[in-house]
Amino acid sequence: MTEPTRAAPAPAAMPLGPTPSQTVGPFYGYALPFAGGGDLVPAGHPEALTLHGYVFDGAGEPVPDALLEFWQADPAGSATGAPGSLRRDPVTGEAAGRDGVRFTGFARIPTDADGHWMIRTLAPGPHRPAAVPYLALLVFARGLLHHLYTRVHLPEHAEALAADPAFAALPPERLGTLLAVREAERRYRFDLRLQGEKETVFLDFPLEPHQPVAAPVPGAR
Amino acid sequence: MTAQRPSPPAEPGSAAPYEQRVPPPDARGGTARNGGAPPHFPAPSQADIDEAIGAAHAQAAHAAPLDHPPRDFPPYRSSALRHPLASPLPLRDPEAVELTGPVFGVTDVTALDSDLTRRHHAEPLGERITVTGRVLDRRGHPVRGQLVEVWQANASGRYAHQLDQHPAPLDPHFTGSGRCLTDDEGRYAFTTIKPGAYPWRNHTNAWRPAHIHFSLFGDAFAQRLVTQMYFPGDPLFPYDPILGSVTDRAARERLVADYDHELSVPEWSLGYRWDIVLDDPAATWCEEGRA
Ligand SMILES: [Fe+2]
Repeated sequence: MTEPTRAAPAPAAMPLGPTPSQTVGPFYGYALPFAGGGDLVPAGHPEALTLHGYVFDGAGEPVPDALLEFWQADPAGSATGAPGSLRRDPVTGEAAGRDGVRFTGFARIPTDADGHWMIRTLAPGPHRPAAVPYLALLVFARGLLHHLYTRVHLPEHAEALAADPAFAALPPERLGTLLAVREAERRYRFDLRLQGEKETVFLDFPLEPHQPVAAPVPGAR
Repeated sequence: MTAQRPSPPAEPGSAAPYEQRVPPPDARGGTARNGGAPPHFPAPSQADIDEAIGAAHAQAAHAAPLDHPPRDFPPYRSSALRHPLASPLPLRDPEAVELTGPVFGVTDVTALDSDLTRRHHAEPLGERITVTGRVLDRRGHPVRGQLVEVWQANASGRYAHQLDQHPAPLDPHFTGSGRCLTDDEGRYAFTTIKPGAYPWRNHTNAWRPAHIHFSLFGDAFAQRLVTQMYFPGDPLFPYDPILGSVTDRAARERLVADYDHELSVPEWSLGYRWDIVLDDPAATWCEEGRA
């Protein structure tokens, strides 16, 4: 029975209208973060690098309730990932951590009370010949109605990034927001600024325009 | 900014303290989380918020409908300092890493994870419900084997989160988080209890309509979605600037589940159906083998 205050669902028109985004809100903390979420490789891995930083709002204040997700190719450039990021202990149901062997390519880390986050990973390789390697980064936060995409490039790829035609429209200081800073051997810093003068460059993957395509799929609403 | 520890986050002036819950009227100072920051004065009234939402919707009616909320939506006050001022840079590389995405498998969930009523030693209080539906791409193709995560308040409108200071009871038998993988038809299913509405501090007398938070993965990282599912006929809809941030009416309705009597289980639970459609980046649209 149709609920009276809603219009009856129209027959499926293609493409289907996407479900709108809504903010992650302040209370995701017992649901989305998982133990070892930022540890793509075990501590002590000889190739491990540490990537860390802060998230700041438009007033320059740290954001203590942002959630960051990373997705990246492995050092050989393969972006196929592997299951097991959220591996559960079948006895207790608790998070068991990654198996330490397969590189899942996916990390999820909330900012702490200081607005700080940290992951331990491997340097991504080029996902196609001559591609500039990067970590894809997705930002969620209370106050953010729709997540934001950006990319983290390691500073050794700065020249290649500057030569990438996809980013040619950006002045150097804007482009610099997509570059991590080398702080120490195998340790890099990447701060995110959601708004303002040194605002991070955020990215968009344009969507298919609304246009009719194939006949409706049975069951699609 | 140096690497040293920044000072403790001060609540930024005009937009604070956003979604901190309303303390009881006799509470002194702020909540534990906002460090005793005084309440924001003057807090906007519901009428102020209604007017701002109405203006935004009227303005949107004259433009191409937006599928997603604008990130700058003043009636949702915590968006003020957390939205970028520059437009995002469009990327059309068909080989971008974002057009692939993380994969999950049977190691990542347990069978119990989709039943939020069986995580403790006894049953939670509240109205037992099932929520089911399909995760699809915009062509109607199922999103298979992907991770769906949910979280919600308990039947009284309280989250199992220590920053939630709403003076409603916690339920020792309910945490309110769950996950599952979609099946070959893109189907997901959860058993839970209906969450309660709850107050928040966006404005005076601000109440969120009952909702379940959802997190979804597609085959591409660029299809990622975090959203909220609402229950049909909720009288709080017109007052809520978060639902209202979706300025297109048809798009807003896509956030509301259907009550489906066929899904109700006799003498056990009420059934809701909610299908979810993920964005398809144009670059994946013509690429065969993705679906
Ligand atoms: Fe909520």
